Amino acid sequence: MSTIERLPLSVDHIPEAKRSVYDAEPILSARNLVITFGRVIGLDGVDLDLYRGEVLAVIGDNGAGKSTLIKCLTGAYQQDTGDVFLEGQPVSFKRPQDAREAGIETVYQQLAVIPALDIASNLYLAREERRPGPLGSVLRMLDKKGMKERAGDSVQKLGIQTIQNMGQAVETLSGGQRQAVAVARAAAFGSRVVVLDEPTAALGVKESGMVLDMVKQLRDSGLAVILISHNMPHVWEAADRIHIQRLGGCAGVITPQSHDMGEGVAIMTGATQLAS
Amino acid sequence: MTTTSTPPQTIETTASHDGLLERIKSMQSVWILGVLVVIVAVFGALSPTTFLTAGNITNIAQNVSIWAVLAVGMTFVIITSGIDLSVGSVLVVSSVVAAKSMDAMGGQGWSTALIGLVLAVIVGLGWGILNGFLVAKAKVPPLIVTLGTLSVALGIAQIITGGLDIRAAPDVLQDNIGYGRLAGIPAITIIALIVVVVGGIVLHRTRFGRYTYAIGSNEVSARRVGINVDRKLIQIYALSGLLAGFAGILSLAQYGTTTIAGQSLTNLNVIAAVVIGGTSIFGGQGSMFGSMVGLFIPAVLQSGFVIIGVSPYWQTVAVGTILIAAVYVDQQRRAAATRGKGVSTA
Repeated sequence: MSTIERLPLSVDHIPEAKRSVYDAEPILSARNLVITFGRVIGLDGVDLDLYRGEVLAVIGDNGAGKSTLIKCLTGAYQQDTGDVFLEGQPVSFKRPQDAREAGIETVYQQLAVIPALDIASNLYLAREERRPGPLGSVLRMLDKKGMKERAGDSVQKLGIQTIQNMGQAVETLSGGQRQAVAVARAAAFGSRVVVLDEPTAALGVKESGMVLDMVKQLRDSGLAVILISHNMPHVWEAADRIHIQRLGGCAGVITPQSHDMGEGVAIMTGATQLAS
Repeated sequence: MTTTSTPPQTIETTASHDGLLERIKSMQSVWILGVLVVIVAVFGALSPTTFLTAGNITNIAQNVSIWAVLAVGMTFVIITSGIDLSVGSVLVVSSVVAAKSMDAMGGQGWSTALIGLVLAVIVGLGWGILNGFLVAKAKVPPLIVTLGTLSVALGIAQIITGGLDIRAAPDVLQDNIGYGRLAGIPAITIIALIVVVVGGIVLHRTRFGRYTYAIGSNEVSARRVGINVDRKLIQIYALSGLLAGFAGILSLAQYGTTTIAGQSLTNLNVIAAVVIGGTSIFGGQGSMFGSMVGLFIPAVLQSGFVIIGVSPYWQTVAVGTILIAAVYVDQQRRAAATRGKGVSTA
């Protein structure tokens, strides 16, 4: 059914238990993405495969094209040439909303949460549900209770334990918990791919651990997760595979088992090259 | 004594009242309602036979009715972290246009009154849309926009009338709305109450209301989740203008004349009431219930001082003091909230 060849995968370096993840077809693929900004080459023919149930980390120096790659995948930028496939079907996102509607949600560093509203309201923001009957259709009243219950259910289904009371205002939450709200918002409602941009950037050690646990739980619940991070220990802890961007191209895909952090950074900076 | 010391058991309430009770608990409405109760109790004790009579209470309710209509719109505007200084002037210009038109038509019946009502509301709506457009699209700060339209609207009202009030409200309007009573309650109060209840439902129970909070709390996030912030802001300022226009016709009904010179402090009084009631000038916080409590404090003080024989000029002193105290408490509460104090972080 698929019109695209899968990228070669070094299964040897993937733990036995995780190998079944890679039997299925990739959920999201990019082939030969090229984007230029005037005379600057943003992406220079990048390929990527993302599978359900894995965390694919994207690392790279500043200007290596991490964000550009992600923005092409999530509709914020449009590539000049190259193709993006979602479940084998070619897709072209004109706006971030297109990607969101297709099930690709992005959580940016600047969290899209509303401090004054409670957790349930934040999860349902811009997709509120009305009450059944005339109260909803005529008076346009919202189904607050139902939304609160369903918000609790979906958070539980995602395995996010750090947020419990759906009626709590987000401004009373810690940074990690706010992150959890933003991630829950992105991961709920039938999302298939969740892109996390530096989710641990502004957090302390304990909070970071919490967020990384949450990332793993998302993966275990069957979502495909792209994790962009500058923090190598976090990447090596949470990622199943690591896509290394360098100078607009992909310098290679490694796993935490195949390479240690020092080797990964060496590839990232060009000190060593990945034998392919 | 801060709001955070309210017992936490209100979280575990029955579902139907859950939202309301929680909101009341978390807002400073409770605190300020306490202040209102104390004021009423003091006046009641000092002058039980005059103050706590049905007549006096009705009188107070009637006095706040027009401000209540304005306060509904103002609550929405301030929750978006905006401000609408133009309400008093928009009220005046709406009532001037309505009075002038009704005068020209010459009738004293309902048809004339209805046309006056429609005109007043349309004029108010127009000013509101102008405010909203300038705030949302032209990105001029709301304080400046509405300060400007305050001046322009008042000027236009004076140009139309040559500065002289028009004494022309149809009899049906004055008899039924202005002086009319339903089961002993002034008709104007009932009308205001309906506006307040509908406004409260829209604010607390609908998408429109929720987005109002979202915009005030974090406009960037609101945009990012896909809320059309510009359109919502225009709608919210339009609502405030529309209600000011409606208040214009109510004012005509109550006083039988346009009140060109009499509304210069209306905007500040309404803003003070809304802020006293716990709506944060920084946006994202507030309730319709609180605004109504905030409206009654000045009115009760005014009435009470007159009755017990204290110079009513003390009213403005007291209201100003309460205003500052209310915002101080709000600030403390916000600071505590951002530190995550007083709330269990599960």
